[in-house]
Amino acid sequence: MRKDLSILVVEADSVKAKNIIDALLEAGWNYVHAIAQVSGLEQSVAKHAPDIVLIDIANPDRDTLEHIGAVSDAKSRAVAMFVDQTDQHLTQAALAAGVSAYVVDGLQMNRIKSVIETAIARFQMMRQMQSELDAAKQALEDRKTVDRAKGILMRKRSIPEDEAYKLIRKAAMDQGRKVIDVAQALVTASDLLS
Amino acid sequence: MSNTVLNCGYVPLVDSAPLIIARELGFAAEEGLDLNLIQQPSWSALRDMLALGHLDAAQMLSPMPVAMSLGLGGLPAKIDSLMGLSANGTVFGVSTRLADALGMLPFGDPNLLLSALITRDPQPLRVGVPFPFSMHRLLLSYWIGTAPDLKVEIVTVPPPRMADAVAEGHVDAFWVGEPWGSAIVGRGVGSILMAGRHVWGFAPEKVLAARHDWIADNPDTTRQLMRAVYQSARWLDLEKNKPLAIEILGRSEHLNLAHEVIEPAVTGFLTLTQGGTPTKVDRFLMFHNHAASFPWRSQAAWIAGQLGADATGIGRAKQCFRTDLYRENLGPIGADLPGASEKIEGTIREETAVASSRGQMILAPDAFFDGRTFDFAATAAE
Repeated sequence: MRKDLSILVVEADSVKAKNIIDALLEAGWNYVHAIAQVSGLEQSVAKHAPDIVLIDIANPDRDTLEHIGAVSDAKSRAVAMFVDQTDQHLTQAALAAGVSAYVVDGLQMNRIKSVIETAIARFQMMRQMQSELDAAKQALEDRKTVDRAKGILMRKRSIPEDEAYKLIRKAAMDQGRKVIDVAQALVTASDLLS
Repeated sequence: MSNTVLNCGYVPLVDSAPLIIARELGFAAEEGLDLNLIQQPSWSALRDMLALGHLDAAQMLSPMPVAMSLGLGGLPAKIDSLMGLSANGTVFGVSTRLADALGMLPFGDPNLLLSALITRDPQPLRVGVPFPFSMHRLLLSYWIGTAPDLKVEIVTVPPPRMADAVAEGHVDAFWVGEPWGSAIVGRGVGSILMAGRHVWGFAPEKVLAARHDWIADNPDTTRQLMRAVYQSARWLDLEKNKPLAIEILGRSEHLNLAHEVIEPAVTGFLTLTQGGTPTKVDRFLMFHNHAASFPWRSQAAWIAGQLGADATGIGRAKQCFRTDLYRENLGPIGADLPGASEKIEGTIREETAVASSRGQMILAPDAFFDGRTFDFAATAAE
């Protein structure tokens, strides 16, 4: 397996970019570069002449990449959307992981497949970490909101904390809503009234 | 009886309104549809998701289904346009720096504007557009195509970033859909010099697209979707409904933008420079009036021609604008249908009555700024 492909990673978040580069370097590719913004992509493409460009599916800069692919001639190493209809599994895995790739037209699938697979694996890991992080952040936010709602009830009705919580929980049960939603409504209303 | 769930992709723009209103005001529910709107980060992502079956239908730039049918741009697939979602609605403008250099220009005069641009610095004019296969790009290419001396470099910039690109000098000019033109003016980094309709009086802008095979396999859902969108578009073009439309579109789950940037496109009153008095632009954006949702096959043919297609390609393009389904699905609910499915594009210079299923319908001007006309009647739909 020759590992002399030139790989360009488009990723604004430097931590994520480093993460993907490390994964590719570990897997044995040596020509890996990252850029943060597509505004200078044409120059980067000319400079690095990438065989493959990796970019998050959710990145709006994809539209700019498409354009460069559409207008560049074969000599300037056009990039083409990677959707190998012959490999449904890989395509679906890439979509699920949130990675899209632009590949020089005519490059053999077997040469890029492992790059894509490495990227998919790393994207999945990052996505997992991100969602855990988001969940932890959300949990912390929710707790703060519930604490504030309890505080409001404790002050207004002169009741202890556990009783305040029971009140919120009962209201949520009665209305078929989540505790956090009731707490949020209470906090919002209180902010408006104060 | 539970509703059919339909996943529909869209990019948050003012002209997503027919889809947003169809959901929010219950036009979709009335048809038995649970219209699930899924925001997409880019046109490329939306196209992939539709082509690969992750979305049932989607809002698309009118040239996208045509380009895909012609095998251009990444992902070839048989995608059809069920109906138009909007006509016109885009603006062309320049950075404040360039506006100052050009001096006073009357609004909406493509010829004068070209002359002014030719006499500026010799370096290429960098113009930002949202996507290579967009009406913005086709109108821009058509317009500058009449001035071979003008050097232009077309750059694709995601519309939400267009204001930054103008402010930072990455582009000198922009051709965008609303609300992004108004957002640029609001920030004081650029001015609007004309609307898309000054280059082509009646251009199909966004379409409701689905996979050809999906349409064939889901005739009932297709009919429900088309009817819901039709009713929604009709509601949107009634003057009295505009304030509520602006209110709903601005909500956080949709455009998440202030009313003042949404209002210009919906009302047709555009502020051209920061602090200026709003200017009324007739037929700036239409969802329903003047058969705006009718997918004229000649429009598909014009798009294909601009994309360099031969007679075979033009025939294939005509096929993907589904006038047949429009007649079949919307005729029974009282939609007024034009007698023909094609017209000679560019011949209508003022509002004109033409034969329709209910007697007569009024078509809006569809003339091009340079007076050319396009007759594709000789090219049979494949």
